[in-house]
Amino acid sequence: MFQTTEAGEFKDGFKKGIPIGVGYLAVSFTFGIWAVEGGVPIWMAIVISLSNLTSAGQFAGTGLMVAGASLFEIGLSVFVINIRYMLMSLALTQKLRPGTKFIQKLIFGFGVTDEVFAIASTREREVTAHYMYGLISTPIIGWTLGTALGAITGSILPERLADAMGIALYAMFIAIIVPPAKKSLPILGAILISIAITCALKYIPVFSFITDGFAMIIATIAASAVMAAIAPVNEAKENKEAESPSYEGGSV
Amino acid sequence: MNKILAYTIAVIVMALVTYIPRALPLTLFTKQIKSRFIRSFLYYVPYAVLASLTFPAIFYCTDNPVAALVGTIVALVLAFFKGSLVLVAAGAVLSIFIVNLL
Repeated sequence: MFQTTEAGEFKDGFKKGIPIGVGYLAVSFTFGIWAVEGGVPIWMAIVISLSNLTSAGQFAGTGLMVAGASLFEIGLSVFVINIRYMLMSLALTQKLRPGTKFIQKLIFGFGVTDEVFAIASTREREVTAHYMYGLISTPIIGWTLGTALGAITGSILPERLADAMGIALYAMFIAIIVPPAKKSLPILGAILISIAITCALKYIPVFSFITDGFAMIIATIAASAVMAAIAPVNEAKENKEAESPSYEGGSV
Repeated sequence: MNKILAYTIAVIVMALVTYIPRALPLTLFTKQIKSRFIRSFLYYVPYAVLASLTFPAIFYCTDNPVAALVGTIVALVLAFFKGSLVLVAAGAVLSIFIVNLL
């Protein structure tokens, strides 16, 4: 059993969260600019980032809100985009130290973003509540601060630079998935199948009724199920107790 | 209805449908999942999700498709050589900025 202190766990998580928080600065900066351009008050753009703490969902939700969509449409669209978090949180339960308290889960659950999940789920050791508190700290600050900076200074930023920042979110996703894919053929397989299905649902006209949110869910479930069937993860690799140096999750 | 009030209600709804999918499974599932298939399935989920969110959306992140393609290649190369999150993001942004200047 690995001995850990709460302070040590917090510190470890905090360190891992810093690069996420810095990356979020750039992405949420573009959200701030974009929201204010659409007519959202500066303070509300900041509140959206602080209360939602998500990328795709809040971009879509805010866009619909500004366009005057119904509450139902806003809620459903954002929910569909966020269903992936259910899969992530479910996966995270398998990684959590047994005995983690209900209230602790309610608190750090707020901060389970794509990047936070990627770091937590590929940790060699089991994940504790204090590790999660540390891990989500900088991302929350970075996401909120970046939005504030973008919302306030967006109008004076050169348009070319603001436009170029649109790729930051995707580049971050690439930085998370490429290193493990390099080491593990099944992970690369899951990535390629998922992309192939997403493209098929987007470009083949018969599937045009499927929204982007649903396409993502279908692609994720199909790709993960196919790879789970043909390349099941062996017990040693996923065993939390075994601190195997050959762990395939990769360090991000 | 007042615009600010309507926005405020919409933001609360958005926050709820974001928080609930995150918190619910964490609090409902406390046991280890025994099924090897489900464990393997969950192992692949993050990679499949992020891949689907990124491709092909990344090619539409800017109005200039050539710039988007260059940015994508730069991000892939930097990530391949284990660049940090920040380096990969900054490199991609900078490359699009440069292509758009040409």
